[in-house]
Amino acid sequence: MTPFSFEWQWNIEYLIFFGLLYTALSIVGGGLTFVAIKTCLQLMGFMRERHFH
Amino acid sequence: MKKDHGHVGKKYGMVIDLDKCTGCGTCMTACAAENNVSVRKDESDKERSITWIQLYQISNGKKFPDTRYSYFPRPCMHCDEDGRGGHHPSCVSVCVASATKLDPHTGIVSQIYTRCIGCRYCQAACPFDARYFNWWDAYFPKEKGLERYLSPDVSPRMRGVIEKCSFCHHRLMRAKNQAYAEGRREIEEHEYITACTEACPVQAITFGDLNNPKHKVHELIQLPTAFRLLERLNTKPKVYYLSTKDWVRRLADNYRPGEFKRLSKGS
Amino acid sequence: MDSPILPEGVKRCSLTTFLILLLPCFALLAWGGLSAVLCLWKGLNQTNMSNVFAFALWIVFDLAVIALGAGAFFTGFLTYIIDRKELKNIINAAVIIGFICYSGAMAMLGIDIGQPIRGWFIYWHANIHSMLVEVSFCIGCYLIVLIIEFVPIIFENRKLNEIKPIRLIGHNLHEIMAVFAATGAFLSFFHQGSLGGMFGVLYGRPFAAREGFYIWPWTFFLFILSAIACGPCFTILCTKLTEFISGKKLVPDNAIQTLAKISGWLLSFYIVLKIIDTLGWIYGVVPRAGMTFMDFYREGPYGVWLVVCEILICGVIPAVMLMIPRIRQNGTWLVVAGILNCTGIVINRFVFIVVTLAIPVMPFDRFWSYVPTWQEWGIGLAVLGYGVLVYALSYRYLPVFPKEKELNIIT
Repeated sequence: MTPFSFEWQWNIEYLIFFGLLYTALSIVGGGLTFVAIKTCLQLMGFMRERHFH
Repeated sequence: MKKDHGHVGKKYGMVIDLDKCTGCGTCMTACAAENNVSVRKDESDKERSITWIQLYQISNGKKFPDTRYSYFPRPCMHCDEDGRGGHHPSCVSVCVASATKLDPHTGIVSQIYTRCIGCRYCQAACPFDARYFNWWDAYFPKEKGLERYLSPDVSPRMRGVIEKCSFCHHRLMRAKNQAYAEGRREIEEHEYITACTEACPVQAITFGDLNNPKHKVHELIQLPTAFRLLERLNTKPKVYYLSTKDWVRRLADNYRPGEFKRLSKGS
Repeated sequence: MDSPILPEGVKRCSLTTFLILLLPCFALLAWGGLSAVLCLWKGLNQTNMSNVFAFALWIVFDLAVIALGAGAFFTGFLTYIIDRKELKNIINAAVIIGFICYSGAMAMLGIDIGQPIRGWFIYWHANIHSMLVEVSFCIGCYLIVLIIEFVPIIFENRKLNEIKPIRLIGHNLHEIMAVFAATGAFLSFFHQGSLGGMFGVLYGRPFAAREGFYIWPWTFFLFILSAIACGPCFTILCTKLTEFISGKKLVPDNAIQTLAKISGWLLSFYIVLKIIDTLGWIYGVVPRAGMTFMDFYREGPYGVWLVVCEILICGVIPAVMLMIPRIRQNGTWLVVAGILNCTGIVINRFVFIVVTLAIPVMPFDRFWSYVPTWQEWGIGLAVLGYGVLVYALSYRYLPVFPKEKELNIIT
């Protein structure tokens, strides 16, 4: 549900619930975007690949 | 009930006189016909058949000649609260997809069939077992002509959703439309009653606005013989019962030894 | 035949043997597949669920596997956030088990709802007051996190790792795993709790209803605790089983002992709170509803023995066993304690689901019984088959246990 859905209510319960949900989703999405950009940069040679193990 | 545009909100409810009820089952039949309740070829599996108003036979458990039987019709109680002071009935507060709602203007608990996903959490939450799941596709036997009797005002339900007594909400809509067409704002007491109320041959069921002092139900629920089913759970049902028999009243709720207060000295 | 894609320096059985060993899994999956098709095509009348037993075997399986799968988020939390380095040797197994449990549960839920096509209504038309909505949102999001945690393990496969972009993605994901682990821990915390909350808020059913704090009934907190108490034990049991079947030592003892010790303390804490909660329920909720404790156990097969079994035999005993170093360091006793612990939690979930519904609330109503159909068993057991299959494939082709090579030098 988004604030654009007709069931959305502007009250504290909705703000807390969906606030936390979208924060969690943003963190996950942000992490994935970070990995994608970093990988692209490494593949294009702008960043050096670090070795593990 | 909340105040609405200066009018006190309505709170439709029902009073069932158990002393009058003969257990004939007309209410169940009328309800099923009115609300297009699907049938099955074999209705013997009672755990899965759909009966919006269910008739229970109760007994005082005593041996002959003291054995007594009574009948207990149980529609949806259209509770007002969840039992902990929450302003949603138990089934409404648990529904995942907002498919069931308590209308603050009428007190009726609705069920939106096309919104229900069939998770059955509301069934688990309802202590009255008033909610029914469509285990099969809707079926109205053509060879018996049942399809011709379907009510155009009520949508049949698809497989996989919950349904329950709606206090014949479509009748309220019809009455309101009629009143609107005639230029009235309010509907009369007799203009909106449920199918079971109308059908009961002994007039054991009375229906009306519990908040309206002019309505019969308002008066009936003040009687000392009036009680509700599982009242201690505090879900504030809008269906009341009347019975002068202590053993019947005793069976309407759970009591620990010594808790039940008798109405009469005998019985 | 598949040797080029096996991890380097470890011994695996031949592909034929592997496939033959997996035949029971394929059989379970075929059985489950047939059951799923029947349930989706013909409807839930294929089950023995009814208007009384709205929740039944599948929900028990769901809640059980989600509790057992809690090892993933909790071990992740301990490894990446608390930085318990020794757990790096077992975290992969924990993640894979978690992934299996959660994806299996989601698949089962998809069949369990009457209108699977409308499943997305939970997200789109959410009623935020429902505990089940919180569960669905958190499980959905957490499954994404688990996939993110599982992907780097898959990318470590010998052949896949040779492909540069895949190797880079795997490495980069691994680098910021703490972020995902923290999010996962947050999400898991709430859905484990909400699963408990789901039953604690059934105020109309005194058997399940509980008092609580703010909007959360006590079951909310008890379910979180019980899940993190049994999850690590289930991870231990799975690694022990893998060690037994493969005949190899896979995880250093310190990792196992750390998990067992934490599990033991958490279980003890949980059992103490569970006993307090049960007493509070017996003297609070139950009398208010006009009932006595024994009223719930009068009819049917669900007697007081269930309470004794859950709290005493499968609660207090494994808690004590896991807390005493000498006992948990003994391999056999550790497995016994683990099995008891997991059984206790599964009984707890069973009681909250099936027994709650079996006991009528209206005094004149009768006790109903329920026996699952073969379709219900099929779908439930298919999750087991699916789990063993995914786990076996992961073990065979991925470096699940980083210390395997070191602990089993091939001469």
